[in-house]
Amino acid sequence: MSDSIKMTYTVSDTDFTRAGEASSDVKKRLRQMGCDPEVIRKVAIAMYEGEINMVIHANGGEIEVEITPEDITMVLKDKGPGIPDIEKAMQAGYSTAPENVRALGFGAGMGLPNMKKYSDEMNIETTVGVGTTVTMKVHQ
Amino acid sequence: MLKVSELLKMDCFTVKNLPEGGGDREIGSIYCCDLLSIAMSKMTEAAAWVTVMSNLNTLAVASLSDVACVVLAEGVAVEEAMLQKAVQQEITVLWTELPIFDAALKIQKAFEA
Ligand SMILES: Nc1ncnc2c1ncn2[C@@H]1O[C@H](COP(=O)(O)OP(=O)(O)OP(=O)(O)O)[C@@H](O)[C@H]1O
Ligand SMILES: [Mg+2]
Repeated sequence: MSDSIKMTYTVSDTDFTRAGEASSDVKKRLRQMGCDPEVIRKVAIAMYEGEINMVIHANGGEIEVEITPEDITMVLKDKGPGIPDIEKAMQAGYSTAPENVRALGFGAGMGLPNMKKYSDEMNIETTVGVGTTVTMKVHQ
Repeated sequence: MLKVSELLKMDCFTVKNLPEGGGDREIGSIYCCDLLSIAMSKMTEAAAWVTVMSNLNTLAVASLSDVACVVLAEGVAVEEAMLQKAVQQEITVLWTELPIFDAALKIQKAFEA
């Protein structure tokens, strides 16, 4: 078990119907690898929320996932509008999700708080007008 | 212990999708919420998730959360694309005319019986 596995996913810009496919795939792989169910749950929640945010708020992007015996690292990169006030965005309940997206069940303003809660390490780099990179790590 | 198959016997629930072995899943808890990121973080494994949110994202959350079944309440419309995804992802989907609370209460009563 010394190898590390790397995967790259393209997250489509506005296709809500496909959102979640990358997280599903990672979940499936972790299962096949016999990973601890609690670790799988943490990765699935954190990554799904990040993936959905890329679709809703940032016109899609790219996700890189690396699995090692020590941890699972997810890097979610987008070229969206960026987040002007991270502290505010991190607050539970804060959301700028538009009405059409809320009608689908999004917009509780719980995505980023969930990502923080379920990942063991999280870092957000964002520049307004340039994009956002969220890096999350879950320990095995 | 309450299996999904017990719900299938109840008049108020209609089967929209039943994957192989779906009826044998044991229901671990009953959960109600329509906001996906709240449901995602609060639902425990093998939940019976009662919601009016009837779309593909519901199924994505259901699958990632390993629910025992999704129960679509209030007689909401179920689109063909959603059924196809349910089949593909092997998610049990039930449907009822009942409001969320009443549907969950029926399941709870069966749970206690
Ligand atoms: N990748 C991103 N690019 C730009 N803005 C973002 C991004 N991710 C989050 N945001 C901003 O941060 C806010 C809070 O995000 P969060 O995921 O917590 O809530 P939400 O997506 O609005 O609703 P929920 O996740 O509960 O469905 C968003 O409404 C949006 O303004
Ligand atoms: Mg979100």
